[in-house]
Amino acid sequence: MRSDVTQYELTAPTTLAAVLAQLAAEPGKHTPIAGGTELMVALGVGRLAAKSLLSINHLKELRFIRVDDDAIHIGAGTTFTDIRRNADIARDLPLLASSASWTGSVANQNRGTLGGNICNASPAADTPPALLAYGATVTLISTNGTRTVPYTEFHLGYKRTALRPDELLHTITVPRTFAGWKQHIRKVGTRNAQAISKTALACLAKLDGETIAEIRIGAASLADRPLRCTGIEAALTGLSIAKADLEATVRAGRAALAFEAKPIDDIRSTGRYRSIVAANLLEEFLRSLVL
Amino acid sequence: MSTIQITINGTSQSLDVPPMKRLLDVLREDAHLTGTKEGCGEGECGACAVLMNGELVNSCLVPALHADGASVCTIEGVAPSAAAEGEPAHLHPIQQCFFENGGAQCGICTPGMILATHHLLDKYPNPTLEQIKEGLAGNLCRCTGYMRIFESVQKAAQALTTIST
Ligand SMILES: Cc1cc2nc3c(=O)[nH]c(=O)nc-3n(C[C@H](O)[C@H](O)[C@H](O)COP(=O)(O)OP(=O)(O)OC[C@H]3O[C@@H](n4cnc5c(N)ncnc54)[C@H](O)[C@@H]3O)c2cc1C
Ligand code: FES
Ligand code: FES
Repeated sequence: MRSDVTQYELTAPTTLAAVLAQLAAEPGKHTPIAGGTELMVALGVGRLAAKSLLSINHLKELRFIRVDDDAIHIGAGTTFTDIRRNADIARDLPLLASSASWTGSVANQNRGTLGGNICNASPAADTPPALLAYGATVTLISTNGTRTVPYTEFHLGYKRTALRPDELLHTITVPRTFAGWKQHIRKVGTRNAQAISKTALACLAKLDGETIAEIRIGAASLADRPLRCTGIEAALTGLSIAKADLEATVRAGRAALAFEAKPIDDIRSTGRYRSIVAANLLEEFLRSLVL
Repeated sequence: MSTIQITINGTSQSLDVPPMKRLLDVLREDAHLTGTKEGCGEGECGACAVLMNGELVNSCLVPALHADGASVCTIEGVAPSAAAEGEPAHLHPIQQCFFENGGAQCGICTPGMILATHHLLDKYPNPTLEQIKEGLAGNLCRCTGYMRIFESVQKAAQALTTIST
């Protein structure tokens, strides 16, 4: 059943400080709304529990892409379209650029934000695997100031995050120190465009000759939250991709994935299918390292 | 209630609406422009697509307050305004090409398709088939099978580049 819109409040304080003051004054009462591509869907189907919304959609303070020597800093209010149009992200963070390019349709990308994708905290969301693989940090802000935490510590469980009721996600900081690394991302869904993924894997590896010196893997839908696959990483670090060793390395990767993945069953897929597909994606990446 | 100032197809107006009312309903019920259609109401189908400040958006996912101060173009604003009374109104070249190439059948998806095409051809005046498919991936059509829509878009691209050169 559609919701009765007259039961909902929405205000748009003109500054970030004013939004934070309101969140602090009545913690838990207000829900921030950015692009609304999650919350308005919930409204449409009568499932939006929050009755008082605070718009952050218009806040210029949250919509920026800033590049310095070591990192790219992205405001939480940056849209997928902003990300796709940014040449620095396309060059230095291709996994993020790719994931933004297949998050929903053009119309959704014009409204949906990176901050909304992260804070909505779906295990299937498209940008978290890339951000996990890159080792991003997130900066949270409230009237008490800011705190910066590794993104791996942000997702606490199914749709649970480290955000306090009076906090907003402010900045996502992604290191841009991956020149020379092999980078690979692939999403498997029902169609190329606008399909929430069944599973997705974002992979980064640094080779030392034919040895995997470092490897980083972020995954969608392999757990109740977006997952940095540290178990698979540990199993593959130091292994060889030389011709004689490749099959053993692939087997080690697949076994580690089967052990680490705890995918959920839901309407889009079964956990068993997700594990198998993710193992195939990992194998595809490992074989691509040889080329 | 909130008072929003919104420019629709070039005409600025002030409307009193619940702030979470969907822009789709504001257009249809408050501005009485029923060219914008509702398909899914969930952002999946693009039937409700309009241009807001030049960007394609699904109006079913835009709360009214987010359109405060915005300039919105709906299907009613795509064709050049009707000439003097009694003269036939002209279609926009995109509409004309959909009309001539079987790009519209039942017509429910058509307003959204036309606006998505508008947005696409602004970005890529000579789009490849891949670019057309990607640009229209958020617009679902259950009648045409899409091939005629892609042809219509290609014809429209040609027509528009001919006009502008
Ligand atoms: C048709 C359709 C297709 C889609 N396809 C995909 C897809 O392929 N892949 C994918 O990952 N997603 C997809 N989505 C989901 C959605 O578009 C994204 O998750 C988007 O990034 C949400 O951002 P938003 O700004 O619109 O979020 P909103 O709806 O505004 O907010 C989402 C949640 O995040 C919170 N929030 C937002 N910003 C902040 C902040 N700065 N600080 C604290 N909390 C915040 C809100 O309170 C809310 O709980 C799709 C949605 C639709 C409708
Ligand atoms: S009605 Fe808005 S996208 Fe379907
Ligand atoms: S013409 Fe009928 S849905 Fe497209």
